[in-house]
Amino acid sequence: MLNVGKIEEGFVLDHIEAGKSLTLYYNLGLDKRDCTVAMIMNAKSGKMGKKDILKVECDIDDLDMDILAVVDHNITVNVVKDGEIVEKKELVLPKEITNVFKCKNPRCITSIEQGLPHVFVLADEKKEIYRCKYCEEKYKQRVKTVVQ
Amino acid sequence: MRHLMSPLDFSVEELDRLFDLANDIEKNPKKYAHACDGLKMATCFYEPSTRTRLSFEAAMLNLGGSVLGFSDANSSSAAKGESVSDTIRVISCYADICAMRHPKEGAPMVAASKSRIPVINAGDGGHQHPTQTLTDLLTIRSLKGRLGDFTIGLCGDLKFGRTVHSLINALMRYEGIHFVFISPEELRIPDYITEKLKDAGITYEEVISLEDVMPKLDLLYMTRVQRERFFNEEDYVRLKDFYILTSEKMEKAKDDMLVLHPLPRVNEISVEIDDDPRAAYFKQAQYGVYVRMALILTLLDIKVA
Repeated sequence: MLNVGKIEEGFVLDHIEAGKSLTLYYNLGLDKRDCTVAMIMNAKSGKMGKKDILKVECDIDDLDMDILAVVDHNITVNVVKDGEIVEKKELVLPKEITNVFKCKNPRCITSIEQGLPHVFVLADEKKEIYRCKYCEEKYKQRVKTVVQ
Repeated sequence: MRHLMSPLDFSVEELDRLFDLANDIEKNPKKYAHACDGLKMATCFYEPSTRTRLSFEAAMLNLGGSVLGFSDANSSSAAKGESVSDTIRVISCYADICAMRHPKEGAPMVAASKSRIPVINAGDGGHQHPTQTLTDLLTIRSLKGRLGDFTIGLCGDLKFGRTVHSLINALMRYEGIHFVFISPEELRIPDYITEKLKDAGITYEEVISLEDVMPKLDLLYMTRVQRERFFNEEDYVRLKDFYILTSEKMEKAKDDMLVLHPLPRVNEISVEIDDDPRAAYFKQAQYGVYVRMALILTLLDIKVA
């Protein structure tokens, strides 16, 4: 079995859907940060069968919880201090999310209007449906389409 | 300052006040003839639309106001690449209210967010066309005397027809409505709409034959099968004449049933029906002017004693 050591300061994202951690790494902008990241893929999980885990050595305040919640609010966020888990953060679906996902509707005004933010609004909390604020197109593809 | 982006922007009570005002305008047009003296409406139409634009212009002129604008993106600054945000900022300096039609969905909303004057969505792509829905509601309310407690048949292109989707959303707020969706299999009402009806406990049925359901309808809303919605000309040709309302079919309808249509009509309503007292589609166009007049007054907060 593969062994990845503890982190001292930072956070651990647990219960990530297997295979999604690399995309999440980019979604959270971790590739642009100067911090140590351990990515564990396809780890065995009693609850999920297989899962991914991200261990990140950086301040929890740098983590955009809204992005994380929209991508998958079942992810567990563990805050680590002095090598110990000191807090588990609960993810709540944000009412509105700006410039995280791009509207893919070619008829949407966001496709031509310069400088217009891509805003998605939580239209149905139960079904976790986000819709473009302008054209009401449903946000379909999870994780993949991120505004650069 | 208020704008109109969707028919649901107004509460049911606000709509009642709007329709009361429209009916008063219908009865006393002279009373409102100078309500907008000295005021200007900009009609910014980035795509051609004869009826809607003329209806807005007639509404403003009937109120004593004047109109300026463009009716084609090629004759506007959009052809030079100007953004909607910049255009509306400039238009705000020239006019007191703006009606905007744009092929891009959400464009009027962007305009409203930057505007210093009320913006009315006069149609944004396949998304919303709120003043058509207000027209439909006012026509039903004026001619039937109520918005609720009836069976309405919606016939034709229920898949792509934005007027139909918008009307269903608006009618869902009233009690006692039973929907009958009449369409060929290929143009069925989208699932997300029937799911919404189910969630709200509203009854509906989906049928293919118009003839069979005619006797039970209080209202029949006909729609045109639009060529521009099809990728394949063959499919369009096959479906465009799927439903034709004839006097033979009208014989099966109730004496007080009303036939509505957002217009333009192509073949779906035979011209022989035009003189039938139940044909309400031209009256509907007239109500379109009244409701736009009421809307202009409401958004400009003008009260006529």
